[in-house]
Amino acid sequence: MTTAAPPVRTRPRRSWTPGQIVLTLLGTAVSAVFLAPLAWALFTSLKSETEAVEVPTHWLPDDWTGQAWKALFETGNITDWFVNSLVVSVCVTAIVLLVAALAGYGFARTEFRGKGVLMGVVMAGLMVSPAVLGVPLFTTVQQMGMVDTYWGMILPQCAPAAMVYILYKFFQGIPRELEEAAFIDGAGRWRVFFTIIVPLSRPSLAAVGIFTFISSWNNFLWPYMVTNNPDLMTMPNGIATVMNSYGIQWAQLMAGGLMAGLPLIVVFVFFQRQIVAGVAHTGLAGQ
Amino acid sequence: MTATSAETIVRPARARTAADSAGVRRGQGFQHGGWFVAPFLALFALFVIWPLLRGLYLSFTDANISGDSANFIGRDNYSEALKDPLMWDALGHSAYFTLLVVPCITVLALLLAMLAHHIERGKWLWRLCFFLPFLLPSTVAANLWQWLFNPGTGMVNHVFGLETPWLTDKSYAMLAVVITTLWWTVGFSFLLYLAALQGIPAHLYEAAKLDGANAWHRILHITLPMLRNITGLVIALQILASLQVFDQAVVMQDFGPGPEDSTRTFVQYTLEQGFTSYRVGYASAISIIFFVLIAAVALARMWLLRNREEGGR
Repeated sequence: MTTAAPPVRTRPRRSWTPGQIVLTLLGTAVSAVFLAPLAWALFTSLKSETEAVEVPTHWLPDDWTGQAWKALFETGNITDWFVNSLVVSVCVTAIVLLVAALAGYGFARTEFRGKGVLMGVVMAGLMVSPAVLGVPLFTTVQQMGMVDTYWGMILPQCAPAAMVYILYKFFQGIPRELEEAAFIDGAGRWRVFFTIIVPLSRPSLAAVGIFTFISSWNNFLWPYMVTNNPDLMTMPNGIATVMNSYGIQWAQLMAGGLMAGLPLIVVFVFFQRQIVAGVAHTGLAGQ
Repeated sequence: MTATSAETIVRPARARTAADSAGVRRGQGFQHGGWFVAPFLALFALFVIWPLLRGLYLSFTDANISGDSANFIGRDNYSEALKDPLMWDALGHSAYFTLLVVPCITVLALLLAMLAHHIERGKWLWRLCFFLPFLLPSTVAANLWQWLFNPGTGMVNHVFGLETPWLTDKSYAMLAVVITTLWWTVGFSFLLYLAALQGIPAHLYEAAKLDGANAWHRILHITLPMLRNITGLVIALQILASLQVFDQAVVMQDFGPGPEDSTRTFVQYTLEQGFTSYRVGYASAISIIFFVLIAAVALARMWLLRNREEGGR
């Protein structure tokens, strides 16, 4: 908090000027375009399956029905997928926060043999993702016997070089004097880290945590590779592979999709101020 | 190190000298620094470095999915890959996608961010609207647009009065993926731009206003130059992400390669070779080729950045 300039309260609230009216109308129009697909998904989920595929199509259901939502819970494994997503995302976020914060601090503020080389290797790792090396990563995980397990889904998502880099940049910006005073009072590295650095870094850690959670919750490719078991699938996978394979039931599919998106939307509504502040703080934006 | 409070109080206050703090840093840091990075490095070695090395090894073998009885076959996979028209097609599709998405997303994100930044009321609402699609899983966004683009029952043709066969004609199929991606991912770059806009000091604008600069001049001479770094970052992140496109393309085409194979991306082709044709050796070889390409793009960017900084601004 103390490191960056205090947030500039840009302007006090003003009355409606012609310019503001034009901008607001423009914003409303653009937002409508952005929200239209979601509105359509919502309306579709409230139609019956036969009405959903009627030609010509129409926005509002003639018969409002919760039947697709009901069927979703009765027939699908949707609650399993939801729990799996939650377990995987929470574990990934917790592990990433811990290891990335420690590593970012280690690289930013401590000295050890080979630091430069290791840092270079980690930065090179920014270019490696499951998309680039999916097949060798799969055979590695297979060798460890982690195919179709929670650990197989979780651990390979826990080494994001990007998050280390973001926190490394942030820790570099914290004034050294803060730590040195504590060292002289006899505090060790670990104590300094947990009692001084971590509290100072809360906005950055929040941003890293939230973005890790979003990307893990929404990750499709890696769980798709590592599990074929419908009981172990996460939301995006279950919806894309299982629900599609029965021949698409559009109303149900839309209901499932909205279910999958809902938790993150709730998180964002509550934390959006912190997210934007976090993006600014982490130096993601300032680079 | 674990000083009790009594000791802390008794200890005489020491004067802080440069040598003192340097000693603190070096002496303690040497042992502890390694432990700080060790947990991450362990995961990193296991799930990034090792697969990379393993992929490199496998790429010189004829390994299948079960992993046993792999024979060393030298450069055969690589020479086959370079002559493989399907690989080049897939690479072309990924590149085409990247060329369309990156400029569009950058411009769109900037415009949306400026809009959201300058409207004074309900800032959180605009933020939410533009960021919302990014909160959906890619597969959900893809399914949603797959249906919006559906020729008979879809809303896109209905609203615009078109009869375009978006998903079944090879000249539109990738375009449909691009439009889906723009809608789905622009929110992330939008957020980066928004944060950067909030970081531009207000006094710059006030000074310009006093000098008689109009809104257009202020955008041209203050906003855009101040956003140069973030634009570089947005473009770099988008290029790397777009080259790796997979989810949307594959879901919108029901896990197939699209009309006349027109949406088969590089990642998809790799996975097909590995998991459908069971040719792990060959899949590893094309993964390595892909890795080298991505690395080349990233290194080119670093090199350009360095040159620009050295060239003086």
